[in-house]
Amino acid sequence: MSKNKDVDSIVVRLAGDSGDGIQLMGSQFAVSTALSGADFATFPDYPAEIRAPVGTTFGVSAYQINLGGGPITTAGDAPEVLVAFNPAALKVSLPLLRKGALIIVNSDGFTRRNLVKAGYEQDPRDGNGLDDYQLVSADIGRLNLEAVKSFGLSKSEGGRCKNFWALGVMLWMFDLDLTPIEAWINRRLAEHPTMRDANITALRAGHAYGETAELSAALPQIHLEPAGMPAGEYRSITGAEALALGIAAAGELADKQVMLCSYPITPASPLLHRLSRLGELGVGTFQAEDEIAAICAAIGASYGGMIGVTSSSGPGIALKTEAIGLAVSAELPLVIVNWQRGGPSTGLPTKTEQSDLYQAVYGRNADTPIPVIAAATAGDCFDMAIEAVRIALRHMTPVILLADGYLSNAAEPWLIPDVSKIPPIEHNPAPDPSADKTPQRQAFERIATSFGRRWITPGTPELMHRIGGLEKDIVTGHISYDPDNHQHMTSMRHAKVELVANFIPPQTVELGDDSGELVVVGWGSTYGPIYQAARKTGASFVHLRHLSPLPENLGDLLGGFRKILVPEMNYGQLTTLLRDKLDVQPVSMPKVSGQPFLISELVARIQEELAA
Amino acid sequence: MSKKLTAKDFATSQEVRWCPGCGDYAVLKSVTKMLADVGASKENTVFVSGIGCAARFPYYVDTYGFHTIHGRAPAIATGLKLANPELDVWVVTGDGDGLSIGGNHLMHALRRNVGLKILLFNNEIYGLTKGQYSPTSRVGTPSPSSPTGSVDNPISPGQYALGSGAKFFARAIDTDKIGMAHVLEQSHAFGGASLIEIFQNCIVYNEDVFASFTDRADAAQTQLHLRHGEPMLFGENNGKGIRFSTETYSLEVVDAIESPDEVLVHDEGNAVIAHLLVDLHIPVALGVIYRQPAQRFEDAFYAHHPSRMERTKSVADFIKGPNPWVVS
Repeated sequence: MSKNKDVDSIVVRLAGDSGDGIQLMGSQFAVSTALSGADFATFPDYPAEIRAPVGTTFGVSAYQINLGGGPITTAGDAPEVLVAFNPAALKVSLPLLRKGALIIVNSDGFTRRNLVKAGYEQDPRDGNGLDDYQLVSADIGRLNLEAVKSFGLSKSEGGRCKNFWALGVMLWMFDLDLTPIEAWINRRLAEHPTMRDANITALRAGHAYGETAELSAALPQIHLEPAGMPAGEYRSITGAEALALGIAAAGELADKQVMLCSYPITPASPLLHRLSRLGELGVGTFQAEDEIAAICAAIGASYGGMIGVTSSSGPGIALKTEAIGLAVSAELPLVIVNWQRGGPSTGLPTKTEQSDLYQAVYGRNADTPIPVIAAATAGDCFDMAIEAVRIALRHMTPVILLADGYLSNAAEPWLIPDVSKIPPIEHNPAPDPSADKTPQRQAFERIATSFGRRWITPGTPELMHRIGGLEKDIVTGHISYDPDNHQHMTSMRHAKVELVANFIPPQTVELGDDSGELVVVGWGSTYGPIYQAARKTGASFVHLRHLSPLPENLGDLLGGFRKILVPEMNYGQLTTLLRDKLDVQPVSMPKVSGQPFLISELVARIQEELAA
Repeated sequence: MSKKLTAKDFATSQEVRWCPGCGDYAVLKSVTKMLADVGASKENTVFVSGIGCAARFPYYVDTYGFHTIHGRAPAIATGLKLANPELDVWVVTGDGDGLSIGGNHLMHALRRNVGLKILLFNNEIYGLTKGQYSPTSRVGTPSPSSPTGSVDNPISPGQYALGSGAKFFARAIDTDKIGMAHVLEQSHAFGGASLIEIFQNCIVYNEDVFASFTDRADAAQTQLHLRHGEPMLFGENNGKGIRFSTETYSLEVVDAIESPDEVLVHDEGNAVIAHLLVDLHIPVALGVIYRQPAQRFEDAFYAHHPSRMERTKSVADFIKGPNPWVVS
């Protein structure tokens, strides 16, 4: 890496033990990047163990951030800067780095013991294994402790400031302002003045260290180009934050209270945590005894007139399946968020995958169709949450909203929307009691355009009726085992989901021409890498947010291309879905490593397909 | 709307489809009568059921009703109570629905003290699936799935409820109108989670399983009808009583005429005695065995909520986060 340069974008990876405060350091680095006007995308990569054994490779917690001029849509392929707090962090990160990358190692962490734990027979800094890189050693641990010595902290307390010391160095390197980070520390540690002052001191000490002649000779100082993003007010947001705000906004737009009923599971819990802090928006959260109770309580809340929401990951969604069928049969609104993770079974709880598409679209007993939508980016989780509630209330149906572990944790700059400009969410209110019709019949009268029935909640006078999971007569709403009626009801349930297509916008291309040689089709969190790969290769890019039903014009749109390439983080599920629903023969590009796509691998594959 | 409703006003147009002679008919009658007697409003009353013979109950009561899925009625009813704490919510379940597939939800509804009135129809058998042994079946119960007799130990609904932290546990016999009316009204008045174990006679698959104490001819000898503050008396002319043995730490029968001072006075708040009462075999303890009023879950939920579920702020107040910035 050359010194003192202006760059379009650069990928930085911070790595250390899971107790080193890497995630905190990374997210604060992202905030200061954003405040400088640069675009960014992040990828937190942390172990499943809460406190994995210190110094081991499987205990490495990392935070990757891609920053610079826009549009930045992924956390980047190959880091050009690595901060490694110990040998294990170096060992795990080294294969990812670009040749020539700058590696800053915490030399205090390179003890004999830590080298052995990382599986190094000899210190990698001594051999020629790092010849292709620029290595800078700094005694981060010792320098930090010296900086905070005056606060009288214990060695372990003082050591906890070293992430801020290192952040100070990074802020100097990237010419970023210390002030917002100091303000954040002031707020966060207001009740612990000693730790507050120690952390601020460590941050400033690291920054000052960058300026010393010794280190500035070794370290480049990098100036980021402003991103040229559309004008407006921005914030940094993760998918979990955006989805929580979207659910709350949907409640406001529908003028209904929201009840999230959930059971803790990785990586879905951040939504439960976020919504638990938004009570003043008419939002309640209920931590149920299990996944089944969670969805059942959400169904009970919807029956009672609130917007029932449940959130989980694949294994938990599997447990909820029977209850989803109940909500379909009883025709109640419900939003089911699936933060997908690697599977099967417990699989890779903290790694990302999008392998629950079959489960969402096809995965229930009997003919039980429901609408399925997916969020593309962290910020898009906001819009898709509103869309999920809109569909659920209009059609009186459960809706699955697919997100994933990557979206839950990854942060990006987000143009803050004006909620007052978003159209209100309509529902089908209770009718007036009728002299001619029984309440049972009125409860199951369906709106012609949506097949959504009336939402009559207990407490409404004179409209007492019964609902349940037994098949009902399509007209009277009473229990019916009549063969023809079941045929009609099954058709009605399918038609109801098909009718959703009348309310969704036609599919457009995200990038490129709307017909031609090759189109890359994506869904969910692969948006970022596919966008960049399409931009670099000139391929057309179609990204799906509505997966069931698919947009009505999708078949025609895809039919205009000679070849359809579908990269997805599963074994080819969208490929199957497209073959099932449309007259197309896509080429599948599956990836199931628990890691997002690299732009470079997508570019290579697109070029290969174009040449073939 | 000021017209006083009668039991008939709570009947629906639906034909009742239980087996002729099923104990459920008697329970349905007691429940609709109780609704009329306590002045329940139709629109504010909800019956939520799971799966099983008894789960058909909501179709036969002209209130709001939700026939849900196997074992999950307490969870659905919990969500409903969170959405609208003012509703009078009754859960209808059975020994299979409530104690086997739904044992987890029933336990948590009880320990949370959700304001639900839970009717557990215990007939010690799976009726709707044609007669398999249930979690309350006694060891040795012959059934299609246990032709040589069941081998697993039964669960005691009373011990389960008390062990789960239930604040109200009562018992009644399906055809005992007076006993049913008493526990139903007490349950209605309680407010928190109340579990009523109803000894329900399945005439097809487990007939007379409770005959040892439900036969009217011997009822005086075999049934102990509890009333708070009254001595635990039974037998002909209330000649027998229940006392606590300080030697065996258990309940035993005593001659109430000879030793009236030794007869225990029923205290519904005494958890220790409640545990002993539910294990009493002959006589069988009926009525309200345990009652300990406490805050309802839904009330605690609203009290802890920062705005009692009202929307006092707008998303616009939260959407900017701690560090927004402007790109011009």
